[in-house]
Amino acid sequence: MIEDVALADCALEVEATDPNDLFETAARALAELMVDPSTVGTGLSRVIALTAVRLDLLLYDWLSELIYRKDRDREVFPETHVRVEGTGPCRLEAAARGDVLDPGRMALRADVKAVTFHQFAVMAIDGGWRARLVIDI
Amino acid sequence: MSEASRFKVWPAGEWIWEIPPSEKPGMRVPARLYASETLLDQMDPGVFEQVTNVACLPGIVRAALCMPDGHWGYGFPIGGVAAFRADTGVISPGGIGFDINCGMRLIRSDLTEAEVRPRLRELVDALFAAVPSGVGAHGFVRLSDADFARVMVEGAGWCVQQGYGWPEDLDHAEGRGALPGADPAHVSARAVERGAKQLGTLGSGNHYLEIQALRPDGLHDPGVAPALGLDSPRQVLVMLHCGSRGFGHQIGTDYLRRFDEAMPRYGISVPDRELACAPFRSPEGQAYFAAMTAAANTAFANRQVITHRVREVMARVFGRDPRALGLSVVYDVCHNTAKLERHVVDGESLELVVHRKGATRAFGPGAPDVPEAYRAIGQPVIIGGSMETGSALLVGTAHAMAETFGSTAHGAGRTMSRHQAKRRVHGGTLIRAMEARGILVRAASTAGVAEEAALAYKDLAAVVDVLHRLDISRKVASLTPIGNIKG
Repeated sequence: MIEDVALADCALEVEATDPNDLFETAARALAELMVDPSTVGTGLSRVIALTAVRLDLLLYDWLSELIYRKDRDREVFPETHVRVEGTGPCRLEAAARGDVLDPGRMALRADVKAVTFHQFAVMAIDGGWRARLVIDI
Repeated sequence: MSEASRFKVWPAGEWIWEIPPSEKPGMRVPARLYASETLLDQMDPGVFEQVTNVACLPGIVRAALCMPDGHWGYGFPIGGVAAFRADTGVISPGGIGFDINCGMRLIRSDLTEAEVRPRLRELVDALFAAVPSGVGAHGFVRLSDADFARVMVEGAGWCVQQGYGWPEDLDHAEGRGALPGADPAHVSARAVERGAKQLGTLGSGNHYLEIQALRPDGLHDPGVAPALGLDSPRQVLVMLHCGSRGFGHQIGTDYLRRFDEAMPRYGISVPDRELACAPFRSPEGQAYFAAMTAAANTAFANRQVITHRVREVMARVFGRDPRALGLSVVYDVCHNTAKLERHVVDGESLELVVHRKGATRAFGPGAPDVPEAYRAIGQPVIIGGSMETGSALLVGTAHAMAETFGSTAHGAGRTMSRHQAKRRVHGGTLIRAMEARGILVRAASTAGVAEEAALAYKDLAAVVDVLHRLDISRKVASLTPIGNIKG
């Protein structure tokens, strides 16, 4: 988490070895904003496929999809296995594992609203990839 | 001069500060901040960067404004106000926020604190059970697609027709609880799917349902208070803070993405991608305005359904009909919207798209859309503070119409991040400490309680004093929390 950026929201920097890892780690970080993953099961599985014209927009759409499913289906996915192909245009196939939200047995955190474009960036760095995200809470 | 700003910030009057256009390439108008020296010093660097970015947007008139509760948001600062010419200017989802028509509603009662105290725990528990809150909560109202389309257009009026409210509730809401221009045709199926089951839910973050008391030392204007329904010592009131839920969030997401791709076609470049915008009169601009207004109306409906639940619960707990308890709506006001309004700029009456992001409309006496009951005193302004320290009720002024496009602050404004707040205080400890001070809290997330601790916010009284002294709204009452339901 990055301190002192967009105080009412949550700024994150995610580092990973490759795009697959970047998308999986970003999804994990998003899930951790919403729930304590140690209280969430992994018995629910979903397959998600997305396409976008650029890698950064694919990450935006990926996280937005997970937020959308949180509200539509009350499902959260702390564990994902993601395969990203291409950097532009690009596509994603993900196997997501998680649970249906249940306040009775889960420690809930924030009801995330959206991924913003504020300081939004996806970049290749020495030995890996980095994304900077500000999540509206 | 604020040390947080890398720009020169000049005094432009008592508690008014300006950053001239020469300070940043691309600024079309000055940036103007309303704050005491203390509050200006508490503003983080992002506020100055963002308010000067807003000043770069096409069609902006007079100045990019920041209210005294200003803090670093995304795109616009929170507390930001900007008006763009409807004919040549833009509309920007980042100037409204994802939580479209996040807003406040205040409900009065004839109950006193002495009557409520003995039943307070029962009341807080019952409200917590009746008003779903927290991550992904679904409400009790089941909407068909046709019903939802009517909610988008009719807002709180649809709820009243279904029995979730009283006809006079609509007289006491900004725009009578439904803004003109909503068109479901411009709303995605995803937005409908995401929001269809969330009517009547609170959300999380800084959203709350609060039971408050008007203490003697909180009554600032006894001449105006009775007209607002604040008419008895130690009276109890209920305040709501919530918005359009996943429906509005999805509309924001959809159109931010669409505007990001559309901007090159209009030759627009922005200093921050979150300021993605399109000409207001373009197909994209008109589509977003129609969808955004649909979300705004859904937010009014959300607060109306919660009002219905509050009345049901209080009737059950106190064994009296809601009307016998005097549970009438004082007012419902938006603080995340863009609206078409007419204002005088340099002597010319212009149609403007007024963006308010974390800022409240504050129309003065006699202004259009101020309910008949408040026509003489000005539009009620509800400002939510932290869950520990309370909130404020003010009224709009004629001076606000001239100075701030009829706008004022919306809250206390954060001074530290959520993460920092959680490091400073534990949610469970805070809940116990608040209970010892007479404030009962029920929350879907204890971590969320820590994030909303008073130490993370500016002093609300200092913010309100600035508004009052600058005459952009006048303080009427401070309200003290005694029970809080949080997401």
